[in-house]
Amino acid sequence: MANVKRSPWLLHYDGSSCNGCDIEVLACMTPVYDAERLGVENTGDPMQADILLITGGINAQAEPVVKQIYDQMPRPKVVVAVGICACTGGVFKDAYNIKGGADTVVPVDIYVPGCAARPQSIIDGIIQARELFQKRSEEHDAMVKAGLTYEQYKKMKDEEEAKKVAAAKAEEDRREEENNG
Amino acid sequence: MDFSIRIIIAICFIVLAPFLGGLLEGCDRKISARMQRRIGPPILQPFYDVTKLFKKQYVVVNRSVHFLLVSYMALMVLTGAMLFGGTDLLMCFFVLSTAATFLYFAASVTNSPYTTIGAQRELIQMMTYEPAVLLTAVGFYVAIGSFRAADIVNSNYSLIVKMPGFFFAFVFIMTIKMRKAPFDLSTSHHAHQELVKGITTEMSGKNLGIFNITEWYENIFLLGVVALFILNRNPWSILAAVIVDLVVYFIEILIGNSNARMKWETMLKMTWIVTLLSAGVNLLVLMVIK
Repeated sequence: MANVKRSPWLLHYDGSSCNGCDIEVLACMTPVYDAERLGVENTGDPMQADILLITGGINAQAEPVVKQIYDQMPRPKVVVAVGICACTGGVFKDAYNIKGGADTVVPVDIYVPGCAARPQSIIDGIIQARELFQKRSEEHDAMVKAGLTYEQYKKMKDEEEAKKVAAAKAEEDRREEENNG
Repeated sequence: MDFSIRIIIAICFIVLAPFLGGLLEGCDRKISARMQRRIGPPILQPFYDVTKLFKKQYVVVNRSVHFLLVSYMALMVLTGAMLFGGTDLLMCFFVLSTAATFLYFAASVTNSPYTTIGAQRELIQMMTYEPAVLLTAVGFYVAIGSFRAADIVNSNYSLIVKMPGFFFAFVFIMTIKMRKAPFDLSTSHHAHQELVKGITTEMSGKNLGIFNITEWYENIFLLGVVALFILNRNPWSILAAVIVDLVVYFIEILIGNSNARMKWETMLKMTWIVTLLSAGVNLLVLMVIK
């Protein structure tokens, strides 16, 4: 099993951020924090990226862009929301033009809070993201090995999950009945 | 040189060049990081990257990109195998140009604006370095009377004595071929400010992996040509050639880390002036003293 987590390539997208978090994301690549020692490369190209870093809340203009960038990234991929605006919308949450955090548009996996998020916490987010990236890559390998498309694989996983939930529910019902009886 | 030995060396090149090239790139990234006072990625990082690329989902804009990139790689491997097999140097350089043309096609079939501009810049780069490359082959012919790499390696003394100007011109254009600043116009190893990733923007997954491996082959081929200037009949010259190769590679890293990107006009003017002044004058001198 290859260790893909040693090579997480980043794509950084600025939703509607005040640039505070963007400067901190760039600070991660500077000599003081040097995220490249983890194998991180700031690609700027969605087709080559593994981890999508989103900063800032999502407004109407940014929405289709974020969606398109997410769709262009090849699987397996991980999304990290950096800063409180990207997590929930932050202070702009109730503004008329803001939809909310990044998770209103694409599925976000890791939330890095902070205003602005500190480089240490961003790097922590990247480390968590690469563990998830490794897990997803193994799933992707299993999917390719089984010769399934992503939709089929997802359906299979969902069915398995539903079965598990149903089994757990049945178990609970049985226990309740025993207790009552 | 014996025919079977030449075949063995060519096969060794095909098998070992990617590992050597990847290791050199890993050292390159580590040394670059140290020059910028960073810790830098592990030396095996290029291999981790390529392994990951081959495991990613396969996304392409145009299906022919894969075929064109495989052709690019096959021709690059052929170029290197021909050089290390001791065949005609001029033929090597022509196959090298053909390989680069396939890369241009692979980039331009996608119709993406970034790759199109990157591909055009790649053509300009080819135009810029080609005179120096061809003059190098001519220089070897004038110096020793043969285009064959096997004859050049079998000479009585290192040819750099006779052709220092050619050596300088070739090392100068290696900056373009190795995609180092200030001549990393078409693509670079870092995020490109104005062109996303330039010529490789639309390559992802295994296509980008093939591109990277081809770059490794190309770097080893270029270092092989540099070694031709040093190698002679004496076996100790192999050690000297390896040392010169490493020094040249280090100089390229140093140039790459201490320069900003240039405009293509500046690159063209500078390179052609250097080619004309050092390789051209060297050629004249060689012809006069002959």
